[in-house]
Amino acid sequence: MATESASEGGLVFHPLDQFIVKPLFGDGAVAWYTPTNVTLWLAIAVLATAALFVLGSRGRAIVPTRVQSIGELFYGFIYKMVEDVCGRDGVKYFPYIMTLFVFILFSNYLALIPMSYSPTSMIAVTVVLGFGVFIAVTILGLVKNGTEFLGLFWMSDAPLFLRPVIAVIEVISYFVRPVSLSIRLAGNIAAGHVVLKVFATFAAAAVISPAAIVGIVAIYGLEILVCGIQAYVFTILTCVYLKDALHPAH
Amino acid sequence: MEGDLAHIGAGIAAIGSGLAALGVGNVAGNYLAGALRNPSAAAGQTATLFIGLAFAEALGIFAFLVSLLLMFAV
Repeated sequence: MATESASEGGLVFHPLDQFIVKPLFGDGAVAWYTPTNVTLWLAIAVLATAALFVLGSRGRAIVPTRVQSIGELFYGFIYKMVEDVCGRDGVKYFPYIMTLFVFILFSNYLALIPMSYSPTSMIAVTVVLGFGVFIAVTILGLVKNGTEFLGLFWMSDAPLFLRPVIAVIEVISYFVRPVSLSIRLAGNIAAGHVVLKVFATFAAAAVISPAAIVGIVAIYGLEILVCGIQAYVFTILTCVYLKDALHPAH
Repeated sequence: MEGDLAHIGAGIAAIGSGLAALGVGNVAGNYLAGALRNPSAAAGQTATLFIGLAFAEALGIFAFLVSLLLMFAV
């Protein structure tokens, strides 16, 4: 893509160049075990997540230090969300949801560092997260409630002749869940980064460069908002799906 | 010639992003209207607000995805 844009419009880079997966060492082909820029930033996100909670709460202080109070803030926020949405019996699954939230939040925010790679803008990463939630929740629902779980698709308070139609729609919407969950996250992050890069190409033109730089700052601010909201949305939808699995009766 | 048609299609698909903006604006506007009438109930509904926003926004992202596919994958 880079050569294409250079020959066409004299652009220095293409807005989608930032999503190219490159090996960290050398220029060889990318195999499944090759350390690439994606795995680097995924590893940084995992380390940051671990560091926040392991190093942050190391002191077990009654009066929390700064890092510990950030960790406690996240903990309290997600704990309340799980309790509100799933009820008391959903609290058992709180560690999974907490891990998802903090990992997505860190991947999103680390991607805002210039020259970094955003792992959550890659559909392969978010598909694993989304289908992980979907499979976990489906198995949990079937194990906990058995055949009663299928009552999720059979609206017993709808008129009888409408129930088969509603059941078909419910089944389709159930199986679209992981797709929309993963595409929403990847699409939002990727679109935001493309917009940033497009404005960065405008900044190269002398006439409009002050306006473009103001635009970049404004959109960067918007992206900070979007990163947080997308992590929140992913988490709360996971909670809603978990609630459906635990209490399938409408 | 085929590439040109794909670009036109990508442009048409991008209209979907604007339509998603209508949906998102509708959700947020109705939430605000309700919240101003009954401010005490507003705080309890922010989770519902974000779920609604996410569903409305996802369809716009699908349109963006279609236009990206037309531009680079077809």
